[in-house]
Amino acid sequence: MEKLLEINNLNVVYYTDESVVHALNDFSLEVMKGETLGLVGETGAGKTTMALSTLRLLPEQVGKITGGTICYRGMDILNAGKKQLRDLRGAEISMIFQDPMTSLNPVMTVGDQIKEVLDLHFPDMQPREKNQKVDDILKLVGIAPERKDQFPHQFSGGMKQRVVIAMALIAEPKLLLADEPTTALDVTIQAQILALMKELKEKFDSAMVLITHDLGIVAEFCDRIAVIYAGTVIESGTVEQVFSQTKNHPYTAGLFRCIPDLTTTAKRLTPIPGYMADPSNLPEGCKFAERCKNCQERCRKEEPPMNEAEPGHFIKCFMPEKGGMTNE
Amino acid sequence: MTKKKNRNQTSPGAKKSKWALVWIRFRKNKLAMVGLTVLVILLLAALLAPLYIDYSQATKQSIREAFEPPSSRHLFGTDQYGRDLFARIIYGGRISLFAGLVTMGIAFLCGITLGGSAGFFGGRTDTIIMRFCDVLMSVPGILLSMSIVAALGQGLIKMLIALSVSQIPRQARTARASVMTLRNQEFIEAARCCGTSNRRILFKHIIPNVLGPLIVGVMMGLGGTILQIASLGFLGIGIAPPTPEWGTIISENQNNLMYYPHLGIIPGVFIMIAVLSLNFVGDGLRDALDPKMKN
Amino acid sequence: MSEVLLETRNLKKYFPHKLGYVHAVDDVTLKINIGETLGVVGESGCGKSTLGRTILRLLEPTEGEVIYEGRNILPLKGKEFRKIQTGMQMVFQDPYSSLNPRMSVYDLIAEPLKVCKTVTGKEAMAKKVQETMELCGLSERHNNVYPHEMDGGRRQRVGLARALVLDPKFVVCDEPVSALDVSIQAQILNLLMDMQESRNLAYMFITHDLCVVRHISSNIMVMYMGQVVEYATKDEIFAHHVHPYTKALMSAIPTADLSRRNRERHVLKGEVSNPINPAPGCRFTPRCPYAGKKCQEPQPLTQIAPDHFVACHECVSFSS
Repeated sequence: MEKLLEINNLNVVYYTDESVVHALNDFSLEVMKGETLGLVGETGAGKTTMALSTLRLLPEQVGKITGGTICYRGMDILNAGKKQLRDLRGAEISMIFQDPMTSLNPVMTVGDQIKEVLDLHFPDMQPREKNQKVDDILKLVGIAPERKDQFPHQFSGGMKQRVVIAMALIAEPKLLLADEPTTALDVTIQAQILALMKELKEKFDSAMVLITHDLGIVAEFCDRIAVIYAGTVIESGTVEQVFSQTKNHPYTAGLFRCIPDLTTTAKRLTPIPGYMADPSNLPEGCKFAERCKNCQERCRKEEPPMNEAEPGHFIKCFMPEKGGMTNE
Repeated sequence: MTKKKNRNQTSPGAKKSKWALVWIRFRKNKLAMVGLTVLVILLLAALLAPLYIDYSQATKQSIREAFEPPSSRHLFGTDQYGRDLFARIIYGGRISLFAGLVTMGIAFLCGITLGGSAGFFGGRTDTIIMRFCDVLMSVPGILLSMSIVAALGQGLIKMLIALSVSQIPRQARTARASVMTLRNQEFIEAARCCGTSNRRILFKHIIPNVLGPLIVGVMMGLGGTILQIASLGFLGIGIAPPTPEWGTIISENQNNLMYYPHLGIIPGVFIMIAVLSLNFVGDGLRDALDPKMKN
Repeated sequence: MSEVLLETRNLKKYFPHKLGYVHAVDDVTLKINIGETLGVVGESGCGKSTLGRTILRLLEPTEGEVIYEGRNILPLKGKEFRKIQTGMQMVFQDPYSSLNPRMSVYDLIAEPLKVCKTVTGKEAMAKKVQETMELCGLSERHNNVYPHEMDGGRRQRVGLARALVLDPKFVVCDEPVSALDVSIQAQILNLLMDMQESRNLAYMFITHDLCVVRHISSNIMVMYMGQVVEYATKDEIFAHHVHPYTKALMSAIPTADLSRRNRERHVLKGEVSNPINPAPGCRFTPRCPYAGKKCQEPQPLTQIAPDHFVACHECVSFSS
């Protein structure tokens, strides 16, 4: 399989008034052509930072990439020129943001907003052809083309997210970064949108990185999963490998134990004790050591390597085979 | 303001008074501290004026000494009537600063009460108060003050009333807008939930949260008011001469500015310094009142 | 068996709208026993939050009765109502906006005591606050901390402490964990359940998350556009849900369970609209795959099994 995106040892820091926040630490990730990768992590784990870094959209002055490489189909994104980046954004890699309410311009009709993407990336296209494409994509995302002259406020939340998806897909990008695309939506609408995204992704043969905090969504819609904690990928593998819960990073195992589901009968959940490590003051060694039941002397001193627990299944832990067995 | 309280910052567990914390945060802001220092010096200089300079210096005319350049006898020189400019500015400051503070005090209290209740209660109360403010706002401030002065007659107190009235609508508007954004926050509902009365909600939960932006408004307004007093003085309908006041001083000297520019520049600089320091203090206070700023 | 703590009878809350009235809560009748949890499930705009607020009289109901400890609390006024109000508290969804940003943790938790005067004297109050904080997993060193200095989980603990400091018997939890991360969510859910056990609290747990509601509730009520569509005990509703909307909800939840991956999904078409001057029939009709002519008629909540009620004529005739 062809590698589409390759991130290696990426380090990103945010400078705030009183501290330096280490948002991503030696973050490595690969996205294959056509696959759906679920990127799971809690608030502040660095999910959004990863997406923004890939598009070089980190807030200037505040956010800075201090090391590592991002490679998109052989192109070095971190050293790309402005023009190259503009061509990349929207046409090759596009992004869907969490909040459909704020990611549309309220004073521009929906049709014009979608068409703008075409204006940027296909300046030579005939106006008639552009209009045709806008109509087509609207139909694809389930909006009547007649509604293209309406403004965002005339659409409901789910419909707005469809518009956002239409904007993201009209240039037929190879890679779609979806940052919590359904968090702001209701469950039944979420089901509609996810089904739509899956269908369109297959139609355009794009790869998708689905950023979410919901393990359920990953289980149902993704091929591979990467779990991040404190700015590092601590486990990655196929959905089957990770969700079979035979071998897991203690953090992933902990996550599984603390989500209520539709089958367990346990009276109490088993939460992961403690709170997320402070990204402005990260501990030495394993970032999860503080909250880990299997924590040993060594975990607090050195950072564990990514161990291959089974082919394609990587766990960043000294005892990868033990992680899954802590399900007592 | 609460200087004495910052002494008792002992163990970290001890509960520091809110105002002590505000003062600690305020002190961190250098610009605000400079502003406060300048302001205190100005106020002290004005208040203690009788101790070091006689009021008669400011009003006594002696044509022989007219247009003297700055010297050790007349620090800032003298004006066309031979009055000591330094004395006039110091005594003028008493009126300008005092009038400014009182005006904004009145405008702030009326504004927060009117705007606060308009925003909090909404509905008809809101409509009545805000339409009234709209009417007042549709008249240019200076024109409004002028007409009020014209109606009431000249005099310090009447001028204060005139100036306050022209400031109230702006204060009310800001207060209303801030209150309205807060009114629907969940913590207001949470307060209701345990039976908190409207009054307590307004004073304990809403006003402390809107104080920051309002104080900046007031400080900006204060600067503006000093300028407005100056304008009224300049137009000749403010303080009746020969009582000194910063604006009046400039207006008296306007004909001689060509040859004796310091007669305009020096009082102008005083107005500027006062307004600037007020704005710095305002900004500093807003930040200091916000616990989100670090200690 | 156990005693009824709170009941509503035909509770209605309509909001005026330029086109008529929004029927946010329409004819809701429910019962909550001492020490039990009623889970209220539905999508945004289905009236579940309005229902909770109406019961606590944060919003005045348009019609109906709220009976707390055998007494209709709606006609009560002033002091009399305040006295009862201390027994009924609320935990809010957003741990960021439900705490006054200008108050420290201690002040926030002491505030209800100051307002309700259930504890008098400075020392007694401090003791009570400290006790409650400890119960909720906060320590004394949080006293002078401001809400913005804490993370979502700790803030929600403060929110809970604020509700519990008055020793209520009934707490409305309005999506208390939906803004939290999963690992923190579990901590808060456990805390809520511990509190319930030790103090015999009754909860009304409002959420859109069926997994959470299954974990914490004894009874479950599903709402759609202001109306109750299905109401049953937890086990009954998860085993035999019949209403097409409940079915769609159940199949829409993504779970971390690979065996459910290829289940049959009922993906609903369309979206929830606003219940402005709704027609008398079933409000789910426009999205319902089984909609028929009879759905235009009113659908009363009908018992189909012990402790199982549904508002759908199809389901009723099918199960009888």
